[in-house]
Amino acid sequence: MPKLTIDDLKKIREQAQAKMTLRSGQARGKITVHMSTCGIAAGARDILDALLKEVDRRGLHDIIVTSSSCAGLCSREPMATVEIQHQAPVKYVDLTPEKARRILDEHVLGGKIVTEFALAAGSETTS
Amino acid sequence: MAYRTTVLICTGTGCVSGGSFNLRKILEAELDKRGLAKEVQVITTGCQGFCAEGPIVIVQPEGVFYCQVKPADVPTLVEEHLLKGRPVKKLLYSPPPQKVPIPALKDIAFFAKQKLVVLRNRGMIDPEKIDDYIAVEGYTALGKALTQMTPETIVQEIKRSGLRGRGGGGFPAGIKWETARHAGQTRKVDPVVICNADEGDPGAFMDRSIIESDPHSVVEGMTIAARGIGAHEGFIYIRHEYPLARERLNKAMAQAREYGLLGPNIFGTGFDFDIEIVQGAGAFVCGESTALMASLEGKIGEPRAKYIHTVEYGYKDRPSNLNNVETYANVPLIILRGADWFASMGTGDPRENPWNGSSGTKVFSLVGKINNTGLIEVPMGITLREIIFDIGGGIPKNKAFKAVQTGGPSGGCLPEDKLDMPVDFDSLTEAGSMMGSGGMIVMDQDTCMVDVARYFISFLTEESCGKCTPCRQGLKTMLETLNRITEGKGKPEDVDLLREMGEVMQDCCLCALGTSAPNPVLSTIEYFQHEYEAHIRDKKCPGGVCKALITYGIDPKVCDGCHACVRACSTASIYGDVKQVHSIDVHKCIKCGACIEVCKRDAIFRA
Repeated sequence: MPKLTIDDLKKIREQAQAKMTLRSGQARGKITVHMSTCGIAAGARDILDALLKEVDRRGLHDIIVTSSSCAGLCSREPMATVEIQHQAPVKYVDLTPEKARRILDEHVLGGKIVTEFALAAGSETTS
Repeated sequence: MAYRTTVLICTGTGCVSGGSFNLRKILEAELDKRGLAKEVQVITTGCQGFCAEGPIVIVQPEGVFYCQVKPADVPTLVEEHLLKGRPVKKLLYSPPPQKVPIPALKDIAFFAKQKLVVLRNRGMIDPEKIDDYIAVEGYTALGKALTQMTPETIVQEIKRSGLRGRGGGGFPAGIKWETARHAGQTRKVDPVVICNADEGDPGAFMDRSIIESDPHSVVEGMTIAARGIGAHEGFIYIRHEYPLARERLNKAMAQAREYGLLGPNIFGTGFDFDIEIVQGAGAFVCGESTALMASLEGKIGEPRAKYIHTVEYGYKDRPSNLNNVETYANVPLIILRGADWFASMGTGDPRENPWNGSSGTKVFSLVGKINNTGLIEVPMGITLREIIFDIGGGIPKNKAFKAVQTGGPSGGCLPEDKLDMPVDFDSLTEAGSMMGSGGMIVMDQDTCMVDVARYFISFLTEESCGKCTPCRQGLKTMLETLNRITEGKGKPEDVDLLREMGEVMQDCCLCALGTSAPNPVLSTIEYFQHEYEAHIRDKKCPGGVCKALITYGIDPKVCDGCHACVRACSTASIYGDVKQVHSIDVHKCIKCGACIEVCKRDAIFRA
């Protein structure tokens, strides 16, 4: 691929932003599993596998399952963040594959936060 | 002067990725143009919890809530609302904000006091996708540095920001860059840029997490440094034990090369720079600058005396700029938002003199006897108490705080009366510890401070390269003395011996591993001398840790004879019938503590 110019960078930024904030309309919801060394050690890989399998089995093409890095709170790993269009992201803690499947079912598809596994809503503050 | 109106711009990570910092800049410019800058105040706030509708803008005192505000909306917003007092309908959040049945993240103590600069993208972007990084303004700073700044202004910007080395030493990065640039020019030799990712302190994982969360920020920071210094070649020296971090760096660099953001002719500006990853073999001393560079050259990782600094004669005798992962990860945002922004966080005003205060934030790994173990980023100048009790949530099981260890094996232990001390480079050094790379180990009442000193000295004895005598022999003598004390064979003069040995090492060792090695001993003697005396004089270990000085017993008033300890004991030293009071045969007991773990009534004690 040819070298990027500053203008190309801007274009990529705008396209990628739309995707990240679920504005493009292609996806209903997004589950981000937090996977750094710490999360993986606590079992994040199993959570991701369980979600991917479930999404695949039920043919949920408008649900994005993706991975990101450590969310900082090591003592509550594995963690995941659920985002649904027009709603604040919700962070879930101390997950198991079973809990993850319930979250997919009740929150991502059903729109109801699973309060017993949820830590909080919103995102962290950047300086 | 009081402002008539305040505009709040949300800077939760969600809104920032939607461009809220850019929005602030444009809004301020527009207010300035309209002559409203003195009437309308613009401030950035924590996450409002409506991330999906960001960037969120709230106008106070009316409390008007705008969502998805774009730069193009700013003139209308200023003209209609701020000038004429008419809320802009099309930007209003239409459905009333729903009541969410769980707390907001900004109200959770662990997150409330954190300020993310280096970790701004943690848990948000996919670290393996360059497009995600570009979406959150990634590589925009590099574009700015290459097209709108000269190498000199890049170095000056970093110098003015007051960014000090996050690897622990706290040397101003701008001064180092300036020296490397100057050395390269006067000697007509290309400098090199090196990133130290050889994080080896026990309990520290900041750099690993930064790389795993946001590898591109390190690559971008190094590339900007290279431009400033005049380098075309870079190395990341990363320890072998970090496979995931290495994998993510390799992916990031491959993607950056594909986009032409690394390699020849970056952004078509004619500037060339590339990075090579070099794996360390796990020697702690290789985190030291001269040993690291010897290892890079393929030689044995041993330090040399530093009457000539590596920034002038380093890797293959070329001027070598060595900074740590976190230092480089700070660079893109400083270039993007300016030195004034960075200098406004933290302590002091470093803009004229980078040694004046500690600007910005610091990432810490918070571990040990603490409720919320985690990776945190806080503004410099926050107190230890806020970190441990607010963010960390205090000590588990309501036990008492005893000490906090900062700076790894080179740092020291600080007692309770230092908890209100601000956390910055100079205060920590003055108290006999150091910032270090950011490991923070919290210790409770059940910790033995002599044993802690012994642990760090035994770690360093193994990691000392052995090249210079004061370090090699000094550590060995210290370890023998500490072992003796913990075994109950300490002599009254041992504390003086440790102190003297420590002072000699501080003066005479070849590298920072040796000169800082006595810190764990000297700081524990300074703040916990009574524990040393209890071991030596009374043959008692107040923390109940040193096996030679404690015996286990069962309180007959509490024991209900449940037999759980009998089953847990591997040496069959506990006897007693079910439902009868049990007792311990102290001669057979190996003091492993397994019985204490299983006793539900806390009937077993160490004395």
